[in-house]
Amino acid sequence: MQEEVLTNGYELVYKKPSTLTSKPFHYCPGCGHSVVHRLLMEVVEEKGIQESTIGVAPVGCSVFAYDYMDIDMQEAAHGRASAVATGVKRIHPDKYVFSYQGDGDLAAIGTAETIHTVNRGENILVVFINNAIYGMTGGQMAPTTLLKQVTSTTPYGRTHEQMGYPLRITELLAQLPGAYYVSRHAVHTVNAVRKLKKAIEKSFDYQKLNRGTCFIEVVSNCPSGWKMTPLESNKWLEENMFPSYPLGDIKVPKDK
Amino acid sequence: MIRGTVVIERDICKGCELCIAACPQESLGLSSSININGYRFAELIQDNCTGCVNCALVCPDVAITVYRQPKSAIKKAV
Repeated sequence: MQEEVLTNGYELVYKKPSTLTSKPFHYCPGCGHSVVHRLLMEVVEEKGIQESTIGVAPVGCSVFAYDYMDIDMQEAAHGRASAVATGVKRIHPDKYVFSYQGDGDLAAIGTAETIHTVNRGENILVVFINNAIYGMTGGQMAPTTLLKQVTSTTPYGRTHEQMGYPLRITELLAQLPGAYYVSRHAVHTVNAVRKLKKAIEKSFDYQKLNRGTCFIEVVSNCPSGWKMTPLESNKWLEENMFPSYPLGDIKVPKDK
Repeated sequence: MIRGTVVIERDICKGCELCIAACPQESLGLSSSININGYRFAELIQDNCTGCVNCALVCPDVAITVYRQPKSAIKKAV
């Protein structure tokens, strides 16, 4: 009743996409995961491909992605989402297939699967959420953790002598001939969200062309793991993550 | 000026304040009461919303629905 009075005579310009279920997200306040979930589902709704999209959920905070996305989903073992997506795509070449993975999933335990999926040029979209930490298990160091970053397993900051350098897996994968479109985005501001949505739209279009793997990295925040408020974490993201993980297209298709 | 309004589902909102930072009109603020999950939720505090959709785009919990005056209504006013 109150809603009708408030919106009297006004037209709807933005609402929750119908491809998301009504279940509220379980993510922490300010988490970037749910923004990416929503953008993926907005693109699926706008393209009208809800019936022909198959997603592969990872292990990590987004392990319950299948509860929120109202499409066909498959859960994969830790790090193996891109391998499962390969199988799904080979059985259903006419479907749109994407895998959704975090940095502990894709860049640590699933490095081999990811590199070989991209090297084979599988026709899938890999969405990689990079928040420089293992968010689900309590903020431990991940391969993507920045140098000097304090996590629960690096209380004095990450040092390259002991733990090596941050793994920039997106640049690594962009060198492989199987990668067709590689891009890095963020979800911390309105403009960044709009750009990410365009990139997701493009990569769903590229799947029709059968040219190779589309890989989108999303530099995201983890307010709980970083022990910050959501606004502080977005500021920290801009100041510390972007110098190591600069945004933009890393590999774009040359032929049209 | 184009007028709009937002409807925020207060029981879904987790009070992360990202929409408040994204709003160019400063129309949003945190409530003084709490929702069923114990979070202070975002709400309209000023009646100057233009329906620019910025808050809804950054909202991680998809709690915001945006409405805007239709273009025909603006022409009438002019």
